[in-house]
Amino acid sequence: MKMERDYTRDISEIRSMMERSSKFLSLSGWAGIMAGIYALAGAYIAYSVFHFNPDEIIYNAPSGLPEVIFLAILILILAIGTAVFLSCKKANKRGEKVWNATSRWFLASMAVPLAAGGILILVLLSKGLIGLIAPLTLLFYGLALFNASKFTYNDVKFLGLIQIALGLTSSWFIEYSLLFWAIGFGVIHIVYGIYMHLRYER
Amino acid sequence: MKISINGLHKAFENRIRLGIMSALAVNDKLDFTSLKEYLDVTDGNLASHLKRLEKEEFIDVEKSFIDRKPNTKYFITEEGRAAFEDHLKVLEKIIKSQK
Repeated sequence: MKMERDYTRDISEIRSMMERSSKFLSLSGWAGIMAGIYALAGAYIAYSVFHFNPDEIIYNAPSGLPEVIFLAILILILAIGTAVFLSCKKANKRGEKVWNATSRWFLASMAVPLAAGGILILVLLSKGLIGLIAPLTLLFYGLALFNASKFTYNDVKFLGLIQIALGLTSSWFIEYSLLFWAIGFGVIHIVYGIYMHLRYER
Repeated sequence: MKISINGLHKAFENRIRLGIMSALAVNDKLDFTSLKEYLDVTDGNLASHLKRLEKEEFIDVEKSFIDRKPNTKYFITEEGRAAFEDHLKVLEKIIKSQK
């Protein structure tokens, strides 16, 4: 006969396996906080150094458009790099592998909306519709989060909805789109990161 | 007899088999590699436990080819799901009665 604690352990292992094989839970709140800080710094540099602040859909950027694009890509790489690094760390701590079927599904469900959005943005960029770029990054990022939320913490769904709402609103108020972008990718990420950290990592 | 005295199915006495059933209970289908990553076991060990569950008809396989390489996907059968749910109920009952 097994002892009682064995059965309790059976139950907790079943639970953990069900969770682990259906949800990617190695996302770190700190990744959100750091991504938010990079985004705020980036938006500030774009605005104050490169004087980038679209006010119309068809916007003639002051001289530094390639620099702004380079800056945006740099922020993206930094944010993704930080998220991957922190996820690996968190997975190790939990005694799990970061690269498994769940994380692959999570990434694939993010990748489809992001790739579609990325291609659309490149098309608009080549047609000079610079003003739509910031709203569309918010919109497609929100769609990606919403789509991937079924493979991770449910809270990510609401983060996605917030970004979608911000993206749509800023497509109407193009003159404030950089501000909306800083709120969505900066402030909201930081707030969400802190919330996730307090809720799941303490 | 497959069922031991306390009502627990013998097939679920092993933690790895219990793990396989738990993962398949919440996923439509999983391939061998995914299961191996979740359970952190050797190929041979996993294969023998899968065979055992297959023999009980708790899980079934779907064989296909991806890039001409064989790919085996496992899924839980209706019988397996019922047995697994019964097992959970019995576990719950035992734990409650021992409190």
